[in-house]
Amino acid sequence: MTQKEKELEHVPAEQKAYATLLLYGCWIGIGIMVITYFLYLSGIMDPYVTIDRVTDLWHLPSDEFLHRLDIPGGWGWTALLGYGDFLNFIGIVILGVLTIVGYLTLIPAYIKKKDFLFTSIAILEVLVLVLAASGILGGGAH
Amino acid sequence: MFKWWSRKVTPVFLWLSLMLFTSPVYAAAESAASAGGADWPWWFWPLVLLVFCFVLGILAVLAGVGGGVLYVPLVSAFFPFHLDFVRGAGLFVALAGALMAGPGLLRRGLASLRLALPVALIASTFAIIGAFIGLSLPTTIVQILLGATIIFIAVLLLVSKNVEYPVVTKQDAIGLALGMYGSYIEETSGKVYEYKTHRTWGGLLIFVLIGLVAGMFGLGAGWANIPVLNLMMGAPLKISVATSKFLLSITDTSAAWVYLNKGGIIPLVAIPSIVGLMLGSLVGVKILARAKPAAIRYIVIVVLLFAGVRALLKGLGI
Repeated sequence: MTQKEKELEHVPAEQKAYATLLLYGCWIGIGIMVITYFLYLSGIMDPYVTIDRVTDLWHLPSDEFLHRLDIPGGWGWTALLGYGDFLNFIGIVILGVLTIVGYLTLIPAYIKKKDFLFTSIAILEVLVLVLAASGILGGGAH
Repeated sequence: MFKWWSRKVTPVFLWLSLMLFTSPVYAAAESAASAGGADWPWWFWPLVLLVFCFVLGILAVLAGVGGGVLYVPLVSAFFPFHLDFVRGAGLFVALAGALMAGPGLLRRGLASLRLALPVALIASTFAIIGAFIGLSLPTTIVQILLGATIIFIAVLLLVSKNVEYPVVTKQDAIGLALGMYGSYIEETSGKVYEYKTHRTWGGLLIFVLIGLVAGMFGLGAGWANIPVLNLMMGAPLKISVATSKFLLSITDTSAAWVYLNKGGIIPLVAIPSIVGLMLGSLVGVKILARAKPAAIRYIVIVVLLFAGVRALLKGLGI
């Protein structure tokens, strides 16, 4: 048995599955990010806010920046996906969602192992991350 | 060929890193930033940011620190973006780095889910609280606290002496209940090492603080995770470093979402930062495989001290 095979045998199956998900998810997210950034900067897709306006105001705090440019907070960006600047959020959001999806794959694995402590930890973590992602905690209040 | 290349390239990067922070061009960029950056064409800052983050990525790998801890103090000190956007991008920079490194570390059994999951739950919960505190405090206060934290990190990097295989004679009850033990294969010797944790309650409590700091300043938290896992809880150094890197992908996700929802992400700033740092990290890993320039670590400590003092002075209005 090679060193690599020994290492793989050593690692729990749910950990390997989680690793595979991160590997593909991360590269997909980065790839989308590069493509959308090109579409944005090249002007192929019109931005919601012109780049000059962004550079004029990026010294302001985030709440004032959103207010001055009339940008919706929270998940409001999804309504603006037709614009080059907001299209960039797809890749960014994929990076933000990967850990949540990863944890969702861990829950059935731990249930199957009857490891109820780690099932509870994984469920709680998903709730914490979903709560943060939802914007319920004040994200939409711009 | 590669040996020759790395021998030639490593001193160049050492020189580059020094020049980066002392050159007249940098001073010009700094004065442009203090003028709000409006005098430059729009593409100037994303381009400079891409190159800057590429170099930071190389330095971070060679110095053994995460990207976020260098990114936030340096970019906030020398670029015209508001600290909110720097912290938001900093979290995604650290998150992307952790997501890229995670698969390899998990597959090789160096990062352990059993070690990471309990501490991640605590750190990620408090990272959300930290992010809200950071976004609600006045910028000057955050800048002062950031400066003080960066100076502390620089001192920590200088004095902390990690232990490769800490001695844990008896695992405590909470560590045992959480299953915070395991084994890994040391690649150099092919030997299997078993490990277990102790002082687990204390370690878990410190992750409250680590989460708060990560969320408040967008720093990532590898600099704090490693000593706690290694020196306090008794995990071997390799396991601590790998688990810490993977841990960032969870802790930073929660805080990153708060910044995203509060408008703390400008793609024009965030994407060249993420891409630049990731490319730099890939090159850094290649260089690191052949060379171990200890001097880089000291340069990074000096740069951190410099950035920390600058953030402190900026916050104090001096």
